[in-house]
Amino acid sequence: MRAIRNGVSLLTLSALLLTAAACASDDGGDTPAAGGDASAGASGEIKEGLSVAFLPKQVNNPYFTVSDNGGKAAVEEFKGEYKEVGPSEASASSQVSYLNTLTQQGSDVIAVSANDPNAICGAVKQARQGGAKVVTFDSDTNKDCRDLFVNQVTAQGIAENQVKLISDQIGGAGKIAILSATANATNQNAWIELMKTELKKSEYSKIELVTVAYGNDDDQKSFQETQGLLSSYPDLKGIISPTTVGVAAAARYLSGSQYKGKVVLTGLGTPNQMREFVKDGTVKNFALWNPADLGYLAAYAGAALASGIITGKEGEKFTAGKLGEYTIGPDSVVVLGPPTVFDASNIDQFDF
Amino acid sequence: MTTATKPAQGASPPRARGDVRGARRLFVIRELGIALALVLLVAVTTISNSRFLSAQSRKDLMLGATILVVLAVGQTIVVITRNVDLSVGSVLGLSAFATGKLFLAMPDAPIVLAILAGVGLGVLCGAVNGALIAIARVPALVVTLGTLYVFRGLDYSWAAGQQINAADMPSGFKRMGTAVVLGVPVLALFAVAVLLIAGFYLRSYRSGREMYAIGSDPDAARLSGIPVGWRVFTAMTVSGALAGLAGVLYAARFGTLDAAAGTSIELNVVAAVVVGGVAIFGGSGSVYGAALGAVLLSTMGAALPVLRIDPFWQQAVVGSLILAAIGLDRALTARIARRLRGRRARGA
Repeated sequence: MRAIRNGVSLLTLSALLLTAAACASDDGGDTPAAGGDASAGASGEIKEGLSVAFLPKQVNNPYFTVSDNGGKAAVEEFKGEYKEVGPSEASASSQVSYLNTLTQQGSDVIAVSANDPNAICGAVKQARQGGAKVVTFDSDTNKDCRDLFVNQVTAQGIAENQVKLISDQIGGAGKIAILSATANATNQNAWIELMKTELKKSEYSKIELVTVAYGNDDDQKSFQETQGLLSSYPDLKGIISPTTVGVAAAARYLSGSQYKGKVVLTGLGTPNQMREFVKDGTVKNFALWNPADLGYLAAYAGAALASGIITGKEGEKFTAGKLGEYTIGPDSVVVLGPPTVFDASNIDQFDF
Repeated sequence: MTTATKPAQGASPPRARGDVRGARRLFVIRELGIALALVLLVAVTTISNSRFLSAQSRKDLMLGATILVVLAVGQTIVVITRNVDLSVGSVLGLSAFATGKLFLAMPDAPIVLAILAGVGLGVLCGAVNGALIAIARVPALVVTLGTLYVFRGLDYSWAAGQQINAADMPSGFKRMGTAVVLGVPVLALFAVAVLLIAGFYLRSYRSGREMYAIGSDPDAARLSGIPVGWRVFTAMTVSGALAGLAGVLYAARFGTLDAAAGTSIELNVVAAVVVGGVAIFGGSGSVYGAALGAVLLSTMGAALPVLRIDPFWQQAVVGSLILAAIGLDRALTARIARRLRGRRARGA
C-alpha cells in the first residue's frame, strides 16, 4: 500500500517538476543560481499528505498573506495539507500558544516567521521534540532552535543590487544619497554599510555618496527629507531608498515636483505601491524579493526535511518545485536568491 | 492661573474695557512673536541655502503646513473651551483610509463626494467625542485618549493589513494634491479657507465668543446662561470634521495609505496650538496664532534637513525650539501682564 502511494507521489512529483521547469524557464530573472549539478542532490521524494502549517508574524498583514499563499501553492503541489494560523498583532510572545497548539495537533512541518529571536525558542524546541520540522522564514529565531532558516535575501545581495541599479541609471558617475528608515534600524544600517563598501569598488569610483537621510518610515518626514536632499545638493543625481515607505513617499514627492525625470530614484518597494510611479516615468526600476516565492521555498524546505531528503546540514541539496535546486548554506540557512527587479516590463505580473 | 486673575476681571466696568483692549494687544504681540521666529528661521535657512525659497520649495513649505494648519484650527476651537482633542490623528487616519476605499469602490467618484465622505466621517467621530464629554461629563482628555485608540482600532480592523496605493486613486484626485493656482497649492487653499472661516466665526459670532467664555470659567459661563454642553459638543464636532477634511487632504497628498496614516500627529497639533499662543487651559488665543504655530513647526521640519542637522539631533532640536517658542511667549505675556498691572495700579 505504502509502496504504491510512494510510487504515485513520485509520478506526480516528477510530472510537477517537468511542468515547473517549463514555467521557470520563461522567467529566468526569478530563478536563483543554485549551483551544483542537479543529479547529485535532490534525491528522494517528498511524502504525500504532510500537514504543513504557516505561522506568520501576524495574520492580515498583506506581505504575509502573499508569502503564505506562495506556501499554499507549494503544499498543493506536493499534495500536503495546508493551514495558516497566527496572531493578529506582531508581539514577541504572541506566537507561543499557536506553536503549542500546532505541536499538539501533530503538524509535520511548521513554517514560522519569528517575531522575536528568543521568545518562541522553547516552544519551537518542544514542537521539534513532538516530531515536527520547524522552518523559519523571513525572520529567524536563534539558529539552535529551528531546523532551517529560509532567508529572503542576504544583506550583501541587497547592497550589490541597489548600487548596481542606481549606477546603471546615472551612468556610473555622480552624487547619490540614501533615504533610510530610522537612524537606528539594524537591517537598514547593515545594508547601508555594505552599500558603502560596494561603492568602493573600482567600477563605482565616480559615484559619491553624499549623505544618508532618515525618513523614519513616515510619509511626511520622508517627504521633507527628500526635499531637504534635493535643495541641499543641487547636483544630486540619484536617491536609493531601501525601505518601502521611504521609496513610495520619495516617488510621490518627485512625481509632483520639478525634479521628476531629472533625479533618479530606486530602492526596495512593493510593485503595488510603486506601479503608479513606474508608469508615469518617475521611477525606472526598483527591487524586492518575491514574498510568494519565499513562502513557496519555505514549504518545500520543510517538506524536504519531513521526508528525510535533507537534515539541515550545510551542503545538502533539495529541489523546490518551480524554483529549482537549493543548497543549504552555513548555519542551516537557505537563501532565496538575489532580489527581483521590477520595471515597466514586468510590474503588471505582480500583485502584492 | 485663571482664578488669580478673577478679582481683576470683577473690577469696575471702565477698567474691564481696558483689560479687553490690553488682552487684544496681547494676542497681536503673541502672534508677532511666532511670526518673528518664523521669519528668523526662514532667513537663517535661506542664508545657508538659497534654494530654500525657490518656487518648488515655497510650494513644498505650503503643502507641508496644510494638514497641520487644518488640524490646528480645529484643535484651537476645542482648546479655547478648555478641552482637548487627542483623537484627531486617528480620525485623520480613518478618513484618509475611507477616502482610499471610496475610490477603490467607485473609481469615478467626484472629488467633492470624497471630501463630503471624509468630513462626514469626521463629524461622526467628533460627535461621539462631544456626546461623551458633554452628556456623560467625562473630561475631554480621557474621552479622546480612549477614542484615539478606538478609532485607530476600527481603522486597523477595517484595513485588515490592506494598503491603498497611488495607482488605485483617480488621477484627478492625485492632481489636486500637487496642483498650483497662482503659485499657491490647491491643498493650501483649503487650509486658508478653513482658517479664515474659523477666525471670523470665533471673533464675530456670539456663539464664537461664548467659546472663550466657557474656557475662561466654565461654571460662570453656565451660570450666565451659555449652553456649555452644546457649545463643547459643537467644538468637538468641528474638530472632528476638520480632522476628517485633513484625512482627505492627506490621501491626496501622499497617495499611499494604510491604517497607520497620521499616527501620533495629535501631539504635533497640540504643540502647534500651544506654540501659537493658545492657552492650554482655555479662554485665550486665536486660530491665526495656532496656524502660525503649525506653519512654524512644519517649516522647522523642512528646514532641519536642508540645514543638514544630524538626524540623531533633529527631534531634540525640534523639542528645544518648541520650548524656546513657549519661553518667548511666556516672557512676552509676563511683560504685558506686568505693564497692565502697573497701569491699573497707576490708574487706581
